[in-house]
Amino acid sequence: MSKQRKAVALISGGLDSLLAAKTVIEQGVHVEGINFFTGFCVEGHTHAIRKKDKDKPKRNNALWSAEQLGIKLHIIDVIDEYKDVLINPKHGYGANMNPCLDCKIFMVHKAKEWIKENDFDFIITGEVIGQRPMSQRKDTMPVIAKESGADELLLRPLCAKNLPMTLPEREGWIDREKLHDFSGRTRKPQMALAGDFGFEDFAQPAGGCCFLTDKSYSDKLVDLWSARGDKEYDLDDIMLLKVGRHIRPNNNFKVIVAREDGEARFMQGYKKEFINMNCASHRGPLALIDGKPTKEDLVVAAQIVARYGQGRDAEKVDVTIREKEGVESQILVTPFKADEIPQEWFV
Amino acid sequence: MAKETLNAKRLLCPLPVIRTQDKVKTMNKGDVLEVVCTDPGVLQDIPAWCRINGHQLLETLSEEMEYTIILEVG
Repeated sequence: MSKQRKAVALISGGLDSLLAAKTVIEQGVHVEGINFFTGFCVEGHTHAIRKKDKDKPKRNNALWSAEQLGIKLHIIDVIDEYKDVLINPKHGYGANMNPCLDCKIFMVHKAKEWIKENDFDFIITGEVIGQRPMSQRKDTMPVIAKESGADELLLRPLCAKNLPMTLPEREGWIDREKLHDFSGRTRKPQMALAGDFGFEDFAQPAGGCCFLTDKSYSDKLVDLWSARGDKEYDLDDIMLLKVGRHIRPNNNFKVIVAREDGEARFMQGYKKEFINMNCASHRGPLALIDGKPTKEDLVVAAQIVARYGQGRDAEKVDVTIREKEGVESQILVTPFKADEIPQEWFV
Repeated sequence: MAKETLNAKRLLCPLPVIRTQDKVKTMNKGDVLEVVCTDPGVLQDIPAWCRINGHQLLETLSEEMEYTIILEVG
């Protein structure tokens, strides 16, 4: 009796990884999913912080995909290890701060380590030649296989027929004829295959699955690094880049102003770690002050905060300032007019 | 059977799921884990994680802005 072969599938939560895994499951291979959390992943829940997105389903698409496939999913925290990928990408960045090629190499490498530790036979990804400008090109796909160390253990079921034969195909664990030859940016073959498999509801992220592909987010990250003078970061840093209006009057401090109740609720959790303020005399947003502001800087910050409250047109607004230790003080300020906040302060 | 509590407050998904997954690895079958969170997404995600990984969801509680998931390790 032949050995039951086992594969781990990189599951992003998108359609391609869902289809790639299903293609291999259909051939009788035992498949389990793996999903890496870098801290930059675009999650429904991160969006759900903001009220405007409250109608989006609050689900983790990787978990949802695994459930559709009937497979286990292992979610791996790679936040710390990922720093080196982001800070020193050997193959450089894409249009923004997205190190897509290095990222894919890193993830496949981690999957290679995982299959070794867990006695699995090969790795599946949902990559398609020509689908993405940086990591999914004919010339970069062999780079991923080679530099990750996965080599012939890396099977891309959606475009396998356009690539050299891999070990699972050569050994007969997988029938190459039942794999696919997708290429390019068209989504039609994927939609047709989803139909064949009976998948009707699936995630279709328009801007990819990573905040680093987003210009606004990347600008905030570069600003953070520039202001601090180094590229170190922790999870709270990168989470806070996802929320609020970021205004930097000076290199030594930045004001993060909640844009709505959902963000304010999320930012409440940081009140013990940041100087924070909000209007006392009028309704207004919560703001966190990042950096090392002087007393004069706090007056500027209070004027900004007052600008975004209901007292924006009042002559004076009372603002409560809370130190990290919880000590409170009040300050009376004139709210900035819209044209008094220089455009270059907005990150 | 042991009963343990995991504080996953302020974490956004999927971190509460990852912390739950890592905690469960250290527990035995039949043990009970109570996970306390502030991200409402856990109401969907931890039950989904339980279903695909063979753990039993015992109870979910929502109180103001806190969400508690109680599960039995499978």
